[in-house]
Amino acid sequence: MLDAAMKKQIAPTFSSFSAALLAALLCAAAPAAELRIGLSGEVTSLDPHLLASQPNLTVARHVFESLTDVDPQTRLIPGLAESWRAIDATTWELKLRRGVKFHDGSDFTAEDAVFSLQRPLSIKGSPGGFASYVRAIASTAAVDAHTLRIKTKYPYGALPEEINSILIVSKKHALNAGPEDFDAGRAMIGTGPYKFVKYQRGDRLELARHDGWWGKAPAWPSWDRVTLRVIPADPSRTAALLSGELDVIEHVPSADIKNINKNNNLRVTQTTSWRTILLHLDQYRAQPPGVTDASGKPLAKNPFMDLRVRQAISKAINRAAIAERVMEGLAVPANNIVSPGVFGHNAALKAEAYDVEGAKKLLAAAGYPNGFHVTLAGPNNRYINDEQVLQTVAQLLTRAGITTRVEAMPMSAFLGRVRKEETAFALLGWGSFAADLALRSLVATPNAEKGYGAWNWGRYANPKVDALMEQALASVDRPKREALAREANTLAMTDLAFIPLHHQVVSWAMRAGLNYTPRTDEFTFAHHFTPR
Amino acid sequence: MLNFMLRRLAQSAATLFVMSLLVFTGVYAIGNPVDILINPQADQAEIAQTIAQLGLDKPLWQQYWIFLKGAFSGDLGKSFAASIPAIELIFERMPATLELAFTAMLIAIVFGIPLGLLAGLKPDSWIGRSIMAGSILGFSLPTFWVGLMLIMVFSVQLGWLPTTGRGATVDVFGIPVSFLTWDGIRHLILPATNLALFQLALLIRLVRAGTREAMLQDYVRYARAKGVSERDVVRVHVLRNILIPVVTVVGLELGSLIAFAVVTETVFAWPGMGKLLIDSINVLDRPVIVAYLLVIVFLFILINLLVDLLYTALDPRVRLKGAR
Repeated sequence: MLDAAMKKQIAPTFSSFSAALLAALLCAAAPAAELRIGLSGEVTSLDPHLLASQPNLTVARHVFESLTDVDPQTRLIPGLAESWRAIDATTWELKLRRGVKFHDGSDFTAEDAVFSLQRPLSIKGSPGGFASYVRAIASTAAVDAHTLRIKTKYPYGALPEEINSILIVSKKHALNAGPEDFDAGRAMIGTGPYKFVKYQRGDRLELARHDGWWGKAPAWPSWDRVTLRVIPADPSRTAALLSGELDVIEHVPSADIKNINKNNNLRVTQTTSWRTILLHLDQYRAQPPGVTDASGKPLAKNPFMDLRVRQAISKAINRAAIAERVMEGLAVPANNIVSPGVFGHNAALKAEAYDVEGAKKLLAAAGYPNGFHVTLAGPNNRYINDEQVLQTVAQLLTRAGITTRVEAMPMSAFLGRVRKEETAFALLGWGSFAADLALRSLVATPNAEKGYGAWNWGRYANPKVDALMEQALASVDRPKREALAREANTLAMTDLAFIPLHHQVVSWAMRAGLNYTPRTDEFTFAHHFTPR
Repeated sequence: MLNFMLRRLAQSAATLFVMSLLVFTGVYAIGNPVDILINPQADQAEIAQTIAQLGLDKPLWQQYWIFLKGAFSGDLGKSFAASIPAIELIFERMPATLELAFTAMLIAIVFGIPLGLLAGLKPDSWIGRSIMAGSILGFSLPTFWVGLMLIMVFSVQLGWLPTTGRGATVDVFGIPVSFLTWDGIRHLILPATNLALFQLALLIRLVRAGTREAMLQDYVRYARAKGVSERDVVRVHVLRNILIPVVTVVGLELGSLIAFAVVTETVFAWPGMGKLLIDSINVLDRPVIVAYLLVIVFLFILINLLVDLLYTALDPRVRLKGAR
């Protein structure tokens, strides 16, 4: 690590041995620890309230923090707020951490929190802004410098989750700042463990430890300096790790994991990601596009509206084989809307076993003894091995009698097709840290007024699920809310609102001398890497 | 001359206009950037509001009209994903791409012309044959694969050069360049070589063919008869005469090196315009895509013009149409 940095400074004619020796000597004198991380996604802006994309947030969360935080298993933990509680059904009171300093040395107060929670609403012209997270907030007020009161428009139990996505900026520096001020570093004043040093768009962000950070050992960051490099091309990212140029890479390509594990100088850590891969089924049109009989004529009625057909599809899919072969171990068969350990997950729901004969029987009972034809659409550049998954599902369904054609395309084109309602059977991946929130987007009956079901492509509608989900979200009592969310999740799954395929596994590869607790939310945080 | 320039200018403006229309419609046809960039937690009202804020709810002709009006006042729109002017994003990334393309072209010229000359002068020797065989590889191997092989051999196995990224830069007249630092040069070698391979092969073949043809010409025979040394025959009579096609090709290929550095930039994580284009296409960031292609078309037009002017300098027989 230091070795490489040193090599650059001394004459290149030095043999690497003497360079290493010199580096080792210098290292003893000045123990400046650096961590270099290869990120997989393009960072479009450093403004933490502009675009809610994982790469942007990964970078922003080194510099900024949120009021509520989540642990590696996606459970809520205190962040800049030490505690929070619901005073009544629509009022939350948050006690803010004392002695927190911004990077410029000023104190963090409730004023900064109030400002930061309002800033997303003032940003216009962002295609993926953060306003959705503060939609439920009616007003935010600072009771005193370290107490914050948030009033919600309606009883809303998911507020602590929502405000986790809003990063706290310094009011003084961000008051009139636009994205260009963040990109230039002027407004990059947060409370986080790392300070902004230098940003080269499309290439790297350099950070230095914020020595006035409030955290204590063992959470104290081990690295004085951190470089986040953006290398979206999978083989190049792996090569940069193999060459020793990087210490860590995220999203290790599935094909490389075996080789990296064999390499004694490197190691891989992984965990089940929060991303659930699922298939949406058209359940609202009498004759959905692409669904025909063997001769290409539309069917008399929509087969997906029949639970037996949905069950047949679920049984016809060999999830274990997909997880093992197609995903090369980077998947866990799913029968839940959220991953294991996530709020509202029901461990009692086991993934449907592979059973072609059972599927054929169910199809015959539903009136399709000879099956039918469908078109399965999905992206080919978004999820791990997504096109191969589509192909495999298609072959498995064809074997059970449902002749399936695959249409795989880039995510941008795919979403265009979905918006034009040209798909009836489509693959989607979804990450959420609460089942009720996921249900609201994916399963709730689409309702523009209430904002339900924005991603319920099949327009599945079940008043019972809707009611349970609404009760869960309205409940500020967490145990009660989780029980309701779990019940709603169970109901949606037994009724197969969509066909769950698998939860992805997320992996990091790093030098053998490093340790990282793999995060279900897929975030890569330099300050959580420790030397072993 | 003036006439020539004016006509060129009119042609260029028409090309730019047609290009913008094609790209604008093309990107519109693929889909809506809001679909892919939207916060998954957004509800229907927020999605509709976002689309309206970005003006994407208007009919295509209106959106194009707004773009044209902006373009005439020098505003090509703001990037959806970065929320800063698209043209700024492109100019910020342009030095990296130009540096890569010029270095690649330099490599192609410095190696291509002598090797081509050698292969042309001694076509039947083993050296001539191996140069030609090597040039076939330069033509036929995919850039993506060669790039990865270069990384595997020179960075991962031998550890001589860095795998990816751009090295330390220094500002020259406010433009960050990396070829003035040792770290920068080390980062530049592999991607520039990778980008140069195709042009190198092309130049070798071009120069070889030209040399072989020139060697049979009467003026070469007379020069020899006059007793001119073989070195001067090659330098003055052969090389000078084959330079015209070489300049044409170098000029045109410089344009494509800049425009199509995309693959090399992706493999080597080189923060240039090409990588920006790929990222923008992935999220349908239309202002950036349109602005990028307009800039590229403009560059091509400029390079073509320079090539035409260079002709007259190299060959006095060539007169620009309309110049008389």
